[in-house]
Amino acid sequence: MVRTDTFKRGVHPHDSKELTAGNPTQNAPLPKRVVIPLSQHIGAPAKAEVSIGDEVKKYQLIGSAPGFVSAPVHASISGKVVAISDFLHPSGRMVQSVVIESDEKDEGIALIDTPDFMALSADEIKALIRDAGIVGLGGAAFPTNVKLSPPKEKTIDVVILNGAECEPYLTADHRLMVEQPKSIVNGLKLIMKAVGVTNGYIGIEKNKPDAIEAMKKASEGEAGIEVRPLTVKYPQGAEKMLIKAITGREVPGKGGLPMDVGAVVQNVGTALAVYEAVRFGKPLIERIVTVTGRGVKEPKNLMVRIGTLVSEIIKDCGGLAEGAVKVISGGPMMGFAQWNLDVPVIKGTSGILVQSEDEFISTDEYSACIRCGRCIDVCPMGLNPSMISILSEKGRFEETKDYNLFDCFECGSCAFVCPSKRPMVQFVRLAKSQTKPG
Amino acid sequence: MAEEKKDKQLIVSVSPHVRDEESVSKIMWSVNFALFPALIASFYYFGPRAMFVTALCIGSSVGFEYIYQRSLNKKISVHDGSAFLTGLLLAMNLPPDLPFYIPIVGSFVAIVIVKQLFGGLGYNVFNPALIGRAFLLITWTKAMTVWKEPTAAFAALDAKTTATPLGILKEEGISKLIEAFGTKSDLYMSLFTGHRAGSLGETSVIFLLIGALYLLYKKYITWHIPVSFMATVGLLAWAFGGKSGLFSGDPIIHMMSGGLVLGAFFMATDYVTCPTIRKGQIIFGIGCGALTMLIRLKGGYPEGVMFAILLMNCFAPLIDRGVKPDLFGAVKKKKVMEDKK
Ligand code: SF4
Ligand code: SF4
Repeated sequence: MVRTDTFKRGVHPHDSKELTAGNPTQNAPLPKRVVIPLSQHIGAPAKAEVSIGDEVKKYQLIGSAPGFVSAPVHASISGKVVAISDFLHPSGRMVQSVVIESDEKDEGIALIDTPDFMALSADEIKALIRDAGIVGLGGAAFPTNVKLSPPKEKTIDVVILNGAECEPYLTADHRLMVEQPKSIVNGLKLIMKAVGVTNGYIGIEKNKPDAIEAMKKASEGEAGIEVRPLTVKYPQGAEKMLIKAITGREVPGKGGLPMDVGAVVQNVGTALAVYEAVRFGKPLIERIVTVTGRGVKEPKNLMVRIGTLVSEIIKDCGGLAEGAVKVISGGPMMGFAQWNLDVPVIKGTSGILVQSEDEFISTDEYSACIRCGRCIDVCPMGLNPSMISILSEKGRFEETKDYNLFDCFECGSCAFVCPSKRPMVQFVRLAKSQTKPG
Repeated sequence: MAEEKKDKQLIVSVSPHVRDEESVSKIMWSVNFALFPALIASFYYFGPRAMFVTALCIGSSVGFEYIYQRSLNKKISVHDGSAFLTGLLLAMNLPPDLPFYIPIVGSFVAIVIVKQLFGGLGYNVFNPALIGRAFLLITWTKAMTVWKEPTAAFAALDAKTTATPLGILKEEGISKLIEAFGTKSDLYMSLFTGHRAGSLGETSVIFLLIGALYLLYKKYITWHIPVSFMATVGLLAWAFGGKSGLFSGDPIIHMMSGGLVLGAFFMATDYVTCPTIRKGQIIFGIGCGALTMLIRLKGGYPEGVMFAILLMNCFAPLIDRGVKPDLFGAVKKKKVMEDKK
């Protein structure tokens, strides 16, 4: 058996990736209309740079980043701005968004090609990444150039590309690694240069042998780059778990960051976007989305323009199947259930999962904690979710902090295994909302 | 229009959106199932009386739970198997020959007082079946300590009364005990197969272990409590159980007799009343083992498993508070890239 890297604890949900793992990425049809939220990232929302009635072209800047932790947004199609106002966002909030109606020409502004991209300096690379509006594409959507600019006193010595894709059902990163391995490796090299390190790793779960193969081939002869097969386990792709698996280092608790142990983690999709931005000057206007689940007629991996509505994408995949009951933006472990399908795909949307009745488990009728200890056995952060949930349920929020409430990153492993079907993540969020860290 | 209607029907709930198939009732019924081999063995050894006592305990436990929940307008949860399990465990802890009202009173104490009045499944501090038994032992001491000679003759309604192996060991010493069973290996064999006097379901070590292995395999219990419990009993029995000085005791007799196997694998492991953190469970198991031997060697009873577990139940919340799982991020930055290669 090949040795694989991993972390302690975690869970093994059935991965259901067979629905789409073998489907090559297709381009989604050009949308007639896109709704582009000005905030698709963690940090300050972008500021609108267009007005209603403006004609815009593809790649054109439509929202500029006002602060350090922010990211600009760009038009994903050519056409006319028809509205700028609050629209529903996949997170459930209302967010100011620019609505563009397509002129169906898909005309873009001229981009600057830099064939000699590896000759650029670290600062030039970071500037191009920032201008392209690149954020973490794994779901967290943290502005990438910020992550690549750690404070001076933190020495970074390793860059890790996250190709784990540990969420069940999702195959977007998998397809990217199989289809565009060379560009991902180039992206990794650019990221390594931007933070000045010579050690790069690509972590991929063992259930994607073709991706491991492709990435290995693409990184052959590249000094300092190594592909690491990982154990198939959730949440293997969480930053802290991935760093632990590959380097053995543990990011300290109580708000520690990867840079505290000298690591920067980027998703493989982000690496691809970095390469396209630096090499071709291409802003982030599209991403690959896995549309899957037994509630959608034709599961697919689609290259989708940012701002395309989920309802459109589902139509492109044959529509909802009989018995579809739940639509989730993201993966089944950490994604957000949607009540309205007229929400846009944003930079952080890795998948759209439509569950059918038989995939859906109701948790309305949860029962008391029977103190079986399963949640403690699986919590990757080494917390006591049972206690946190019991205290939160009773409204004793302050006490949850004795159990390191704020180290919980809401991975859902505890809720996954709980035989009483307790809504553990909800209890955690409730407690977090009622207390302050520290 | 059709689309819109769909939208309205979409279910929204908090992540995760997939769940493991394990459920409380699946676990409880599995534990019941795991006790069946030993239960059948007890029917074989103790005859129709054993079946009668078992049926009474299970029937009245489930009945009391139903009546309680029904009369207080609470959600009926008898199908989850936990009341059935309490009844079954209570039966397995009783002598085979009891008047009918004793098991019923025991079930009432277990289900209504220990379980439901504390808030139902998940909230009780003590193992219900064990308190039920403790109550009966104190109230009807005589009836609760009349042991029947096991007999393969299923129809033999009035089998001889006798003492349990631990009783003989305590009163008359080890040589008498061996004599009563023939040779030492006969004694071991009888203990292993369950051909000896004792509570209904505690006697057959082999059939209890078959059930326990199934639970371990299904991960419904872990090794932490049973192993630390049994090992502590074995060690202390060996060290202090002999008449001719330290380390002259027979650990095998102590480990295979009384309610130890039943207690260690099926009662001390009761989720609700044991610690939740594995490290704490080892402490709990050691505590159970030490108290069992303290009672067996120094106390007034020949058997101590029940009181040992009940006493440790009190400490379970304390142990859980004192022991913490290994927090991620407690390790300092390490340069391990090199040695990982
Ligand atoms: S407590 Fe938080 S970190 Fe631990 S398993 Fe639950 S959701 Fe994940
Ligand atoms: S898994 Fe559920 S029932 Fe078990 S200890 Fe955790 S919260 Fe309680």
